[in-house]
Order: sequence, then structure tokens, then C-alpha cells
Amino acid sequence: MSLLKYESQLREPLVNGDKNYHQVTEDIIGPCETKPNRLWWIGLSISLALLLFGVYSVYREVTYGIGQWNVNKTVGWGWAITNFVWWIGIGHAGTLISAILLLFGQKWRTGVNRAAEAMTIFAVMCAAMFPVFHVGRVWDAFFLFPYPNSRGPVWPNFNSALLWDVFAVSTYFTVSVLFWYTGLLPDLATLRDRAKKKFGKMFYGLASFGWTGSTKHWQRQESLALVLAGLATPLVLSVHTIVSFDFATSVIPGWHTTIFPPYFVAGAVFSGFAMVQSLLIITRKVLHLEDYITLGHIEAMNKVIVLTGSIVGCAYLSELFVAWYSMNTYEWWAFRQNRVNIFSPYGWAYYGMIFCNVVSPQLFWSRKLRRNVLFTFFMAVLVNVGMWFERFVIFVTSIYRDYLPSSWTTYYSPTIWEIGFFLGTFGLFFTLYFVFAKFFPVIAVAEIKAILKTSGENYKDKMSDIEEMSTEKFYEEEMEHAH
Amino acid sequence: MIKKFVVGSFEDEKVLFSAVKNVRRAGYKIHDVYTPFPIHGLDKAMGLRETSIHTMGFIYGITGTTIALGGMGWIFTTDWPLNIGGKPHFPLPAFIPITFELTVLLSAVGMVYTFCWLCKMMPGVKKHHFNLRSTDDLMTMVIECTENSNEAEMENFLKDNGAIEINTQMAEEGWWFGRYDKDQKLYRTEEIEVAD
Repeated sequence: MSLLKYESQLREPLVNGDKNYHQVTEDIIGPCETKPNRLWWIGLSISLALLLFGVYSVYREVTYGIGQWNVNKTVGWGWAITNFVWWIGIGHAGTLISAILLLFGQKWRTGVNRAAEAMTIFAVMCAAMFPVFHVGRVWDAFFLFPYPNSRGPVWPNFNSALLWDVFAVSTYFTVSVLFWYTGLLPDLATLRDRAKKKFGKMFYGLASFGWTGSTKHWQRQESLALVLAGLATPLVLSVHTIVSFDFATSVIPGWHTTIFPPYFVAGAVFSGFAMVQSLLIITRKVLHLEDYITLGHIEAMNKVIVLTGSIVGCAYLSELFVAWYSMNTYEWWAFRQNRVNIFSPYGWAYYGMIFCNVVSPQLFWSRKLRRNVLFTFFMAVLVNVGMWFERFVIFVTSIYRDYLPSSWTTYYSPTIWEIGFFLGTFGLFFTLYFVFAKFFPVIAVAEIKAILKTSGENYKDKMSDIEEMSTEKFYEEEMEHAH
Repeated sequence: MIKKFVVGSFEDEKVLFSAVKNVRRAGYKIHDVYTPFPIHGLDKAMGLRETSIHTMGFIYGITGTTIALGGMGWIFTTDWPLNIGGKPHFPLPAFIPITFELTVLLSAVGMVYTFCWLCKMMPGVKKHHFNLRSTDDLMTMVIECTENSNEAEMENFLKDNGAIEINTQMAEEGWWFGRYDKDQKLYRTEEIEVAD
């Protein structure tokens, strides 16, 4: 084994500036140790206000029933399910970054994985709210879990895609939390050992589980991370596949298609990366982490966005083609009349979706735009709006006109409490993110240190000698270190 | 148990690697090396064996598979056979999603539990810290002293091998319940006179 840490200078450095191990700790842990600034308090207050509005909206729904929402025949699944799928889609980027990119050996993940995983967990929490409260009698929601009970026992229907969803989302949440927290332990130990105040020592002491950094523990931790990544990779694909089964296993025109699983997964990654971009662009600016979340990181994520956006575009076209090619009157009607027709009641949503998800991300083929932070932020917001439209188009345009014209819904629009619930999840999401960004390191410190000497800018500069060395000499010198 | 340790801290992993090699060659017993980040190959250099945590993951995983398939099969065929739209009572394809999820769930939860158990980690656990900077920027090598060892000689040996901070510490091995905001007191075993 060679001890040489070498990476071609053609590769962009992942850590900019003149850094050493201690400087990395200072830069990333530092913001956790100072008092939060005024911007943080303003942000947290707005989030908490939204959260309170959401809590009140949910209170109305729980007290007076689903009638507080405009969902009715035939739109039984309105904003609630749209928001559920939108949030759960956003929750896919974290595990994709941490698990799939770990298996692929993509080192740039180290700069963004911690924040992305945290975002995943918070997004899944927001997502889970919607089906839980949409069941109506939320106090009976535990009936969803199969356990021996005194009601028969009555078991849930294991053939139902909705029950698969319960298992998929709860498993995904648990595994994401475990993956995130086992990676966080060493960094919490760093915080604990640097803490000056009594409370910090106690809090981070409890949170770090007594981590010491022993070699054996690192060996186990790395092995654990690798296996968890191997498990989380099919898991992340399975979650949105199963979410798409909620629709694909039904016989509603526009839903009953086999393209749904890959189409939903691509869309989830697409929207998840957009959310990661918008959060990280703000985080790196506020916490001065531009050296760790570099333009290279932003560009890499923009490449994923343009790739998945194009996959989603292909999916739109193929489902449209198949609707026509199937010669199924109802299927074709759902597409031709309820979606593509711009003058139909929801035509605006369809074209909004096409514009935000397929047309505008194509601008990312330009390297200059991929590396433009402001433009990326704008695009990230646009993509998330587009992905919300996509879910809205799929759910509402397929069901607002039933087989029976007499039961067609005139127009479904949400009540203030439906909107309030959605805003409330934004409040929850950002409250949790603000707390996370204040008290926890937003970048995986230990992982950055592990790649510092190969991918740090100042270390790469010193590698010019190796770059110009002859192969024979290189071999001779390096074999000295080998066992 | 309280033991005496010679502690040397290193700045550079390249220096650490050769030091580990030399210390082992000289016949000293390395108690542990504490590092702020995973250093690949250090476990091999120290002569640690491979971890088998992934094998445990597999065992937990197939347990999950068995529980899911067995549980759903028993419920739908034996405990309460329900006719759902005329579908078969054991529809294997429809059971795959939940089986997969439970496999992953049990494997992940079990492995993390095993990891914590093996590393003796949980909230409230406290361990001795040989160097606070070993979670920041130093790699700390800890050598265990025996009755015959000469600490001064060991300290010099570490110095020659590139350690920058060297000292000798009395420390309690293992773990105990404690809080990190409280000062650590060494637990001493003293001879107690027992009346005949």
C-alpha cells in the first residue's frame, strides 16, 4: 500500500485556500460555537410563525374534520397528497448524495452530504405529516401498523400500495437518521472536546456517545457506512418507486402506467438536488463556507439537475406518446383534454411544469451558467416550483374529471387551511434546518480532513514535482513506502 | 483498571505510519491510536483484524426477510384469511415491497446497534481522553506500560519517531457512565485491611 496521496491537478480542488486539519475544524465548527447573528433569529422567527400557522391549520382539520379542506368527489387527493409526494421527493437527494455517491467514489460528496442528509430527514418528516392527517381520524393512525390487537385481530391489507408506503417511508426515515447520526458522531466528539462552557460539554458529551476516534472504531464506522450505503441505495430507489405504486397500481387514466417508478425516482432526485442547491447556497454564504462548498460542488450538482431534468422530460414525452399509442379512449382523453390542452381548467399547470422542469434546466448545458451562484439559486427555486406542478398535474388532472361527466368537479382550489398546512411544513422544515445549522456542523469535518491532503488546493499545488516525474522515478520513490 | 500509558501525538499521518511500524517492531504494545479522521491502512499497520460488522448486517437482514414473509404469510393464510378482491392468499409479488423494506430496516438498525455495542457507545458513556486534540488535528498513539517498561526510554523512542507532544498518563481503561462537564477523578484501588 502506498501512502502517497495524489490526485491529478486536472481535477478541481475540493477544498480551496491554505488549509490544515486544525483550520478545517475552526472553519466548520467555529459557527457552532458563537452566538447566532440577527439574520439567524429573523429566519428562525419567520419559520416558527409559519409553523404556528401550520399547527393551527392542522388543529382545524383535526377538530372539524376533512371538511376544512376542499378535497371532495372526485378530487379526493388534493394538495395533501401533492405536498406529500413533493416533500418525499425532496427527501431523496440526501441519501442519493451520501449513499450512491459513496459507492461511486465521488469525493465531492464530502462537502455537501451532511447538510443534504439533514435536509432529507426534515423533508421526510414534513412529508409524513400529510398522509397522517389526511386519514381524517389521526388518533387512529396507528391502525396502519400490523400488530396483534384486540380488534379481531384486524390486520392491514398487505396487498395495498398505500401500506407499502407506510413501510417504505418509515424505513427510509429510520435508515436515513441512523446513517446521518453515525456519520455525525465523530464531529460531535470534536465539538465536545472543544467546548468551553458547561452546557456544551454536557450536551455534546451526551450526543457524541463517548466517541474517542480509536482506530478500531473508525474501522467499524467505515465498514458500517459502506454497508449502510449499500442498503440505502436500493432503499432510496424503492421509496419513490413505492410512492409511484400508489398511483400506478390503480386503474385511473393517467396513473396506470409502468413508466411511473423510474419517472418518479428521476423527478425525486431532480427536485431533491434543487432543494439542496437552494439551501447550500444560502448556508455557504451565511456561514462563510465558500472554501468547502465550492463552485465545483455547485456545478457537479447542476449536472445532476440537467441530467435528471432531461430524464423527466423524456418521461413526459413517452407517457404522452403511449397514451396516444395505447388507443385507450380514457387514457388519451386524460392527456389530450385534461393536460395538454392549454385552455382546459388545469392547462396552466401542465405548461408550467413543462417550462420549469424540462425547458429551463437545459440552460445548465452552459458551463458559465452552471457556475453562476445566483442563477443556480433562481433555477433551483424554479425547479422546485415545477416539480410541485408536476405532482399537482398528475394527481388533480387525472381525477377532477371522472368517467361520469355528471360528477365532474368544476374546479378544485384549496382552502386557506390546506395552504396553511403546506406553509406549516415549510415552517417545520426551516425551523429544523436553522437549529441544525446552528448547533451541528453542516459539513462532515472528519470526511473533509480525510480528503484534504489529496484534494485540498494548497496540497495539490505542491504536487507539481510528482506530475513532472518520470514513471521510473515515481515507481522507485513510491515503492519505498509500500509494504 | 488503572494503568500507565505513554502517549505520543503526531501531526502527519506519514510520520505516524512509520512510527507505528517501528513501535511494533521494538516490541511495545500499542494500546490504541486515536485519530480525528479515518486513516486507511492504519488498522492493518497496527495489526488489527478485519471487522465482521457486515456479516452481522447480513444476518440481521435475512432475519428481516424471514419475519416479513413469514409474518405476512401467516396472517393472510392462517390467522385471518381475508378475501381481498379474489386475490390469492399468498400473493408473493405483492409481498416483495414490504419484505424488502423490513430486510433493510432490520439490517440497518441491527448493524448500528451492534456498532454501538462493540464500540461501547451510548449517550452517557464516558471514556478517558489521552489528548483532547485527537478529535481535532493530532493523531495520538498510546502505548501501554508494563511492570518492566522504562517510560523515559519509551518517551525518547517516540520522540525519535517524530511525535510532537509526549507524556505519561495514568488512566482508567474502558468506559463508564459519566458526564463530560464534570472533572474526571481516577478511581484507585487501595489495599483494605480486613480484620481477621
